[in-house]
Formats: sequence, C-alpha cells, structure tokens
Amino acid sequence: MLMLIGSLITLIGSIFLFLGALGILRMPDVYNRMQAGTKATTLGTILFLAGLALGYSHCTCWPRILTLILFIVFTNPISSHALARAAHHIGINLTEKSVTDKLAEDEAENGEKL
Amino acid sequence: MKDFKRFIVLFVILCIFWILFAGKEFNELILGFVASLIITILFYKKAFIFGEFNLNPKAIAYFVFYIFILLIEIIKSNIAVAKLVIQPTLPINPGIVKVKTKLKSRLGRIILANSITLTPGTLTIETKDDEFYIHWIDVTSENIDEATNSIVQNFEKYLEVIFG
Amino acid sequence: MAEIIYNISAIIALAGMIIALYRMVKGPSIADKAIALDVMTIISISLIVYIAAISQKIIYTDVALVYALISFIGVIAIARYLERGL
Repeated sequence: MLMLIGSLITLIGSIFLFLGALGILRMPDVYNRMQAGTKATTLGTILFLAGLALGYSHCTCWPRILTLILFIVFTNPISSHALARAAHHIGINLTEKSVTDKLAEDEAENGEKL
Repeated sequence: MKDFKRFIVLFVILCIFWILFAGKEFNELILGFVASLIITILFYKKAFIFGEFNLNPKAIAYFVFYIFILLIEIIKSNIAVAKLVIQPTLPINPGIVKVKTKLKSRLGRIILANSITLTPGTLTIETKDDEFYIHWIDVTSENIDEATNSIVQNFEKYLEVIFG
Repeated sequence: MAEIIYNISAIIALAGMIIALYRMVKGPSIADKAIALDVMTIISISLIVYIAAISQKIIYTDVALVYALISFIGVIAIARYLERGL
C-alpha cells in the first residue's frame, strides 16, 4: 500500500520533470526558459525522490534523500540566477514580446555594466 | 557575543549534516563531533554570514512558519508554470522590473532573492545594494512600488523578524 | 502494480531528458545550452536514485549526491566564464 502511494507520487514528479523539459523547448528566450527549467524541475525532483524514498524505504535511506532534496532546493535558484546574470551581461536580448527592461535602461543611464 | 553566536550556529549545522550522512553508532558520532569542532574552530571567524540572525523564540517560530509558506509558494509556482507550458499559444508578457527591499543583513537578502526565484513567474537577475532586478513572466505593473508590493512584500514581513 | 508505475515514471523522465538534449544541441546561444545541461543533470540525479532503489544498493545514492555537487559547481563555472573569463 505504501509502495503504491509512493509510486503515484513519483509519477506526478516525473510529469513535472517532463513539463520542465518541455518548457525548455517551447519558451521563446533564455530568461523564460530559465523560469520553466528551474521551477518545474525543483518540485519534480522533490516529488520523484520522496516517492522513491517512500516506496523503497529499506534500500534508499531517507536521510540521504532528505539531504539531496535540501541541496537541490538551495542550489537550483542560485545556479539559475548566476546563468541569468551572465546571459544579461553578455547581452542576450529579451524576446520581442517583452514589455520592459529596467536593467538595460539603468545600465545605459550609468554608462557602465553593473 | 557575535562570535559566540557564529560559533554555535556553524557547529550545529555541521553536526546535523554529519548525523544525516553517517551512521548512528557511538564511535561515529564522537568522530563527527570532534571533526565538526575542529572545523568550527578553524573557520568561524570567516563565517560572518551566520551571525546575522536573531535567536529569540519568536524568530524561530517565524522561521518554521516561513518554510511552510515557501513550500506552498513552490507548489503554486510549479502548477502555474506547468499550466503555461501545456497551453498551445504561450500567453506570456515578460519583462525586467526593479524592486526595493528593506532588509539590511546579507544573509536575509540572499534568502529573499532565492525565495523570489522559487515563487511563481519571477527570477532574480541582478542585485545591487537594496535594489533587485527581477525577470517577471507576466508584468502587471512597471512601477517600482507596485512591483515591490506584489513580489517582495509576502516574504519580507517574515524575514524582517528573523533577520532584524 | 507499483513497480510498473515506477517504471512508467522513469520512462516519462527519460523522455524529458531527450527533449532537453534536443534543446542543448540546437540552442541558439551558449546560455540556452547551459540551461538545457542543468535540466538534464537534475533529471539524471532523479534517475540515479531510481536505479539505486530498484537495484537495492544504498551506495548508489552517494553517486547522485556527488553528481549534484559537481554539476552545481560546473554551472557556476560556466556562468563565471561567460561573465568575465576564467
């Protein structure tokens, strides 16, 4: 019974992982891809690992899974922030649909890269 | 006093990680305890970031509450992104807006920026003193105050109590 | 029953990995490729833990942990390189 619940949680997690990858494919520019890529995969990984830890509790010890989940929740936003900052720094433009870009305006005003 | 707080926090974090990783036999626990003590004595002077939050009961209660709020926000943001991705027309309205924060401590700003990245449709791109530049997938207002209201306010009221 | 659902979810995650691989090969700029690599890494961490579970070996979860650490440092290195060179 516990195994069935765990497997369903894992299934939901894998669907989120798939949607994150689909977002990478479909979104129009780097920043939107980052939004899809980091958010959907964070919850996807949490659910996938939690389901496995629930179903196979005798061979995936839960402290290690918990550490892995904590690590992913902490590092995923940091790595996406670093990449977004680098992408803006080397001058990758936003898509044409975009409304505003305050960061580029301020950089143009100060005459230097922040 | 500040040094002492740093020392205790770093030591407790290292011990918790040892207990999570290694086994629970007595010898291993002693080994991890000694190793954590040595690392803490060597490095606590440089870990200035751990001395920046309050340790009174109210702050700890708010911290636990904050974790629950963050979990709910993560679930909400994932459902929002998933909905966006499976629609055939991609109804997005993206842009980069500027917001201001009232937090003073560096650890508080780090946690605020990471929380903003985990909430629905927002991604922190650049931080400069108390101004954050945020990529917003559905811009409703370009005004700095209104954007601050709808993005930052939700977390800031808890983080202000925790980090002072 | 439960094992079948676990296998199906692994297959779905693998399909996501193939989609991300397509973006990594095609991606117009280098930041796109780095993002696709990041997503692929996260999916492979999940799959490593899945393999550890079905082959009943706890030691494999350590591989996933080390892989997560190395991929984080790798992404930070790519970002720094793009920003100001190594």
